[in-house]
Amino acid sequence: MELFHNLIFGFGVAFSLQNLMYCMIGVSVGTLIGVLPGIGPLATIAMLLPITFNVAPVGALIMLAGIYYGAQYGGSTTAILVNLPGETSAVVTCIDGYQMARQGRAGPALAIAAIGSFVAGTFGTLLIALAGPPLAELALKFGAPDYFSLLLMGLVAAAVLAEGDMIKSLAMVAMGLLLGIVGTDVNTGVQRFSFGVTELSDGIGFIVVAVGVFAIGEIVSNLGDPEKRTVFTDKVRNLYPSKADLKASIGPITRGTLLGSFFGVLPGTGPSIASFSSYMMEKKIAKDPSRFGHGAIEGVAGPESANNADAQCKFIPMLTLGLPASATMALMLGALTIQGIQPGPDVMTTRPELFWGLVASMWIGNALLVVLNLPMIGLWVKLLKVPYRLLFPAIMAFSAIGIYSVNNSSFEIYLTAIFGVVGFLWIKLGCSPAPMMLGFVLGPMMEEHLRRAMLMSKGDPTVFVTSPISLGFLIATAAIIVLMVAPAIRRRRADITG
Amino acid sequence: MQFDFRTNKDFWAGVMMIVTGLVAIVIARDYPFGTMLRMGPGYFPSILGGILILFGIYLVASGLRSNEKMAGGWSLRALVVLPLSLVLFGLLMDYAGFVPALMVLIVGSALASSEFRLLEILLLAAGLTAFAVALFIWGLGMPYPLFIGW
Repeated sequence: MELFHNLIFGFGVAFSLQNLMYCMIGVSVGTLIGVLPGIGPLATIAMLLPITFNVAPVGALIMLAGIYYGAQYGGSTTAILVNLPGETSAVVTCIDGYQMARQGRAGPALAIAAIGSFVAGTFGTLLIALAGPPLAELALKFGAPDYFSLLLMGLVAAAVLAEGDMIKSLAMVAMGLLLGIVGTDVNTGVQRFSFGVTELSDGIGFIVVAVGVFAIGEIVSNLGDPEKRTVFTDKVRNLYPSKADLKASIGPITRGTLLGSFFGVLPGTGPSIASFSSYMMEKKIAKDPSRFGHGAIEGVAGPESANNADAQCKFIPMLTLGLPASATMALMLGALTIQGIQPGPDVMTTRPELFWGLVASMWIGNALLVVLNLPMIGLWVKLLKVPYRLLFPAIMAFSAIGIYSVNNSSFEIYLTAIFGVVGFLWIKLGCSPAPMMLGFVLGPMMEEHLRRAMLMSKGDPTVFVTSPISLGFLIATAAIIVLMVAPAIRRRRADITG
Repeated sequence: MQFDFRTNKDFWAGVMMIVTGLVAIVIARDYPFGTMLRMGPGYFPSILGGILILFGIYLVASGLRSNEKMAGGWSLRALVVLPLSLVLFGLLMDYAGFVPALMVLIVGSALASSEFRLLEILLLAAGLTAFAVALFIWGLGMPYPLFIGW
């Protein structure tokens, strides 16, 4: 069987000593930043990206992916023990997880969160392996108009489903597209928006934008509203969940995994939407919904599985179509481009070690995470006691080194400072920067496909509806908008964000 | 109801979008616009600028209607100190070397917090710098001089 053969090949790549080490580093860093509130996977990946330049592409991707899904595990620890989401995706885990901790059942809550995440991670990895090759084959048939419509769908979905005001998110996508234009126009060689600055002729580096907005801007915003953190210092005693706990969790874990995988493939939806939907679902089908909010284990098992399944499945569009479904995936895409790999459907055939090695490493990483998160839980809890006033100068230091090493120049540092200020303003004005990031990365690709489509169709814009694939994406885009504007769902959005 | 422009969230978000859109269109007028068939370098940015202005107008209008205020506090200190320490880092990297640049960045940015404690931060700066030198310069072989002209 080919899949079996490919997976064995992938495990061969992932089990090399070097790649195992990168996987280990990735998931450890991921857990660390997952546990720590105030720094997310996006900023971390942006900060550490330049360091991966010297690493082989497979190793780099394995490490960065580890940071990303590792953060989902770490986030639940903080949610359960401190009642504070270490990551946004763990918001709903706080509700019942913290209640369980207060009742002295922190151990089982942590264990079920880890088991659920592991099951979901395994399923997600398998789904990537199964769905990847046929999807990539399909994508090879895409022409320029199809790509344009696909990108449009991704951007609209990202804006519409993102947290916060929909119009603002759409505007931020346009803002990102505009920022992506800065630099030399590939078709004509004209310098656009570079103001005669030579450093800008290659465009604004996406690491600069990501670190500026998501690390520096975020710190400025956090210092403006200091959060009171009360650390739950109680010792975590018995880790093992009882038979009843396990039995009660089987259903929620299965449903959460499926729900998370579904949301994972959709562009634009973050893991928080998946975990929230799972929580609502469990509450709805529970025999006694009143237990929710008072330490129901289903309220931990479902959402924690859902957010990890979502995180894993976000790799499907990235690896098969070269289309990032979230801002973090956009960074991964950038990492590949820097390594000289053009992301897209042919990656799977031209660089099979990259695809299968990553898939295999994700499963290994998920197994490592269970070990990291359960027996070593005490260590992570200690880290929570590090105060923010010591944390943020360290983030600044790593950001600055990372940015400087991109081009060994101070220019990028100054630009990052500017984006820090701009990013803070965006956050303050309620303009979510994640859709901007997606637009920024996809902008040049989108313009290129638009211009190519127009050239091929001799300036006839109907090409977007006469190509069946493109038409399908456009209909899906319209459907997403209609669905989200529907009042019932708007109300649910208010619940998520509010 | 009294309108307070200074804290109106949507109003300022809209203004920002309109200004960005206008700037984009004005600058893009210098680039050939082209036709639908052969889009010039000015085509895409002009359209985006127009879209931004439309969104901006909508946001200004909705801001005037809802008058929703910006949430949370401001830390002017952080807003000035953090970008400034980054700029200092950039300058010192070119003229003083990796170690002084990083030390100044860490101590400098720590000043952005109102809970600043000098001794603690000096220890942090020394520890982090030592770690960074070991990892980035010696470990990963980044080619930066530790000190310049000392």
